[in-house]
Amino acid sequence: MSGSTIIFYLLAALILVSGAMSVTSRQIFRAAIYLLFSLIGIAGMFFWLQYEFIAAVQIVVYVGGIVVLIIFSIFLTQQAGEKLAKQKLGRQVFSALAAFCGFALTLLQVYQHDFIKTTAVAIEPTVSNIGNQMLGVNDNGYALPFEVVSILLLAAMIGCIVIAMKSKPEAA
Amino acid sequence: MMEPGLYHILFISTALFFIGVYGFFTRRNLVTMLMSIELVLNSVNLNFIAFNKYLWPNRLDGVFFTIFIIAIAAAEAATAIAIIINLYRSHRSIDVENAEEMKY
Repeated sequence: MSGSTIIFYLLAALILVSGAMSVTSRQIFRAAIYLLFSLIGIAGMFFWLQYEFIAAVQIVVYVGGIVVLIIFSIFLTQQAGEKLAKQKLGRQVFSALAAFCGFALTLLQVYQHDFIKTTAVAIEPTVSNIGNQMLGVNDNGYALPFEVVSILLLAAMIGCIVIAMKSKPEAA
Repeated sequence: MMEPGLYHILFISTALFFIGVYGFFTRRNLVTMLMSIELVLNSVNLNFIAFNKYLWPNRLDGVFFTIFIIAIAAAEAATAIAIIINLYRSHRSIDVENAEEMKY
């Protein structure tokens, strides 16, 4: 067993265990920290797959952006040391059952399916390859979706400001 | 222990997806539901990258879809948190049971 295999299983355990803790922990701040570890594990998995650029984006956007935002919103909306209310046992059991059935069904389909690998020569996912193809306007270019996403980000930013703005009392 | 391949990564991403679904079903707090959604989106990202690496290494489309999903997830999280904070300001609670008044 090589070192790469060991690292893969360690990352898999980190992702799944901290993901499960993040949805079951009753202390909301701990849940956010477990989510952080799960996302770091995913970034490590991207490193393991040798997609370094995606791993860097994952760390910058998720770990540096979204988790910090979630932690701030926890600070703004929760009283310190307060635990989340305990859920009804029936709801927990049925949710776990539904999730497990979906898991088993999906996995059954995945293992029955025979994936066919292409034989074409591989492209290295380097930053220059990604950038050239993503902003290209020829056949495999993604310039239009890129622009659409930039408009979406602008709209989301304006929307956030409008929603979160304190409404001034009406000047009578 | 076998050499990890496509099926191992698909197992991890499926498990993570349904962990997120379980959290979405059981949690009643809007922030924790948002965290479950992040787990689901991340499992999809892992799937795209794994398919790109193992099945179509001659294309980069999985990478682009992953980047777009990450950008959209960031926009979605920011908007959701703005709504949550605004809801907390008016209701003093971010439970989903109280959030149904939002439609009026």
